Amino acid sequence: MAAVQVSEAEKVYIMHGIRDDLRLDGRGCEDYRHIEIETDVVSNTDGSAKISLGHTDVLVGIKAEIGKPKPMVPDEGYLEFFVDCSANATPEFEGRGGEELGVELSNTLYKVFNNRHSVDLRSLCICPGENCWVLYVDVLLLQCDGNLFDAISIAIKAALFNTRIPKVHISEDEEGVKEIELSDDPYDCMRLNVENVPCIVSLCKIGHRHVVDATLQEKACSVASLLISVTHRGTVTCVRKRGGGSLDPESIFEMTEAGKRVGKALHAPLMELLQKEESLGKKRQKVGFLG
Amino acid sequence: MKSGRAPPFRAVPVRNMAAEMRLPAVHKHVSPALSRSNREDKHLVVPGDIITSDTGFMRGHGTYMDEDRLTASVAGEVERVNKLICVKPLKTRYNGEVGDVVVGRITEVQQKRWKVETNSRLDSVLLLSSVNLPGGELRRRSAQDELAMRDYLQEGDLISAEVQSIFSDGALSLHTRSLKYGKLGQGVLVLLSPSLIKRQKTHFHNLPCGASIILGNNGFVWLYPTPAQLDEEAGGFYTSMEPVSLSDREVISRLRNCLLALAAHKVLLYDTSVLYCYEASLVHQIKDILKPEIIEEIILETRQRLVEHEG
Repeated sequence: MAAVQVSEAEKVYIMHGIRDDLRLDGRGCEDYRHIEIETDVVSNTDGSAKISLGHTDVLVGIKAEIGKPKPMVPDEGYLEFFVDCSANATPEFEGRGGEELGVELSNTLYKVFNNRHSVDLRSLCICPGENCWVLYVDVLLLQCDGNLFDAISIAIKAALFNTRIPKVHISEDEEGVKEIELSDDPYDCMRLNVENVPCIVSLCKIGHRHVVDATLQEKACSVASLLISVTHRGTVTCVRKRGGGSLDPESIFEMTEAGKRVGKALHAPLMELLQKEESLGKKRQKVGFLG
Repeated sequence: MKSGRAPPFRAVPVRNMAAEMRLPAVHKHVSPALSRSNREDKHLVVPGDIITSDTGFMRGHGTYMDEDRLTASVAGEVERVNKLICVKPLKTRYNGEVGDVVVGRITEVQQKRWKVETNSRLDSVLLLSSVNLPGGELRRRSAQDELAMRDYLQEGDLISAEVQSIFSDGALSLHTRSLKYGKLGQGVLVLLSPSLIKRQKTHFHNLPCGASIILGNNGFVWLYPTPAQLDEEAGGFYTSMEPVSLSDREVISRLRNCLLALAAHKVLLYDTSVLYCYEASLVHQIKDILKPEIIEEIILETRQRLVEHEG
């Protein structure tokens, strides 16, 4: 993650503030920054979303391609993730500087999203054992101001909601050769059920307390953080610890409870916003990148 | 560890637990209703725009001669002083002048100097001979002093300093040889564009709302709680690690959000504008000041008050 330098006195100030539940910008320990989401921003993808979480900007694009299912699970499709930390975000990501972070982010996304409990992978199957839909999810980091995992997970959920996969029709001719036909109507597509898709909540341990949605300054004061992916029912699907510091088992329990609470509260406003955006349809004023 | 959590003694307002999400809106420009300098009076240019074809003018910063025509090389406002034309850019790296007050962060500790990051093209230099030694004695710097440099200023520390001179390559040479400059203690640093800071007689202000502010010419603004008593070691290297009171913290957080709101709408920053913005924001909760519509409301009120104050 792009890091900023903070002096010892600033660290002390931040830690005392968090102890009193007042962060640098006046938020409480469990408040998120201002979030803006827009879907369908990239026209040549099957689904896309752009999110601004404070000064963190993430763009997600999903493309659906036909591929061969994995041998162990012939009746399921799968997702492939790729995270590109662009040099736009910070000069540290120039060249191969962003590769390490990109690989770490992709691996976490695989764990969280690429399983049948989060996304209905069976609906991605076309012909068991032979063809299935593969969703290539590409994540582009445009600006980096802390809390990348949360922003990426919310953007992926929004992009999956926005994804329109064309309906296919399998026809078999006399010799038994199967042919896949895509329907001619561009609006004849299937949508994914994103109800169970989890959102990741990152909690950073600073002093004796934990904060949600840490900025880069706050991240510089914390030694360990916990990533929890939570579904809309409050079920925890994946927990990962990051950072070199140690966490007391009691703090882990406390942080998990807080993460469940915060994560559960993320889903309702997100789905409401996505439904509202979809209901606006053509009337919606597209902002895109030049707002 | 439930015992580690301090119970909140202040009345906590019922907080909306859910994160607030919304669709992006096109950024609206808050134009002042009554303003002396209208937008039409300002001559705004982008790089490549021809300012004038008249050859009688001298060219200043931000311009170049392109086949006998004066052309702008930066994006900004054209300023004309008699026969001198220069372009003042809206967003730029800090170009130092001798006598400017800057706030900087130490990036490197070298043999007889520190390298300070001040948002300019090159890292500024703070020589060992330009700082006050603890104890205030004036003597030649010895090898001992060189080895003890890191005890005084480390990488990551913040300092306030004055520009002493400019090297030939454009790097600034800083000094902290006055009691009001030196290492900064607890507080909040806000990073803004240098062109938003108004040049004034003094850049150190003790605001009546209960916090103090240093408006560095390089765009770095430092907010800190007003020290209880003016100690003689104010320029020294002793920084207090005592917890800052909650009321002071609230003032500082509010000021920080106000500064970001002013910067978002390109309002010139000086003690009066910051104070007016603070007073206009008192009706809102601190964290609400980050929302775009509330920022617009506050900036409109601030601009109106500033116009009344001028006129």
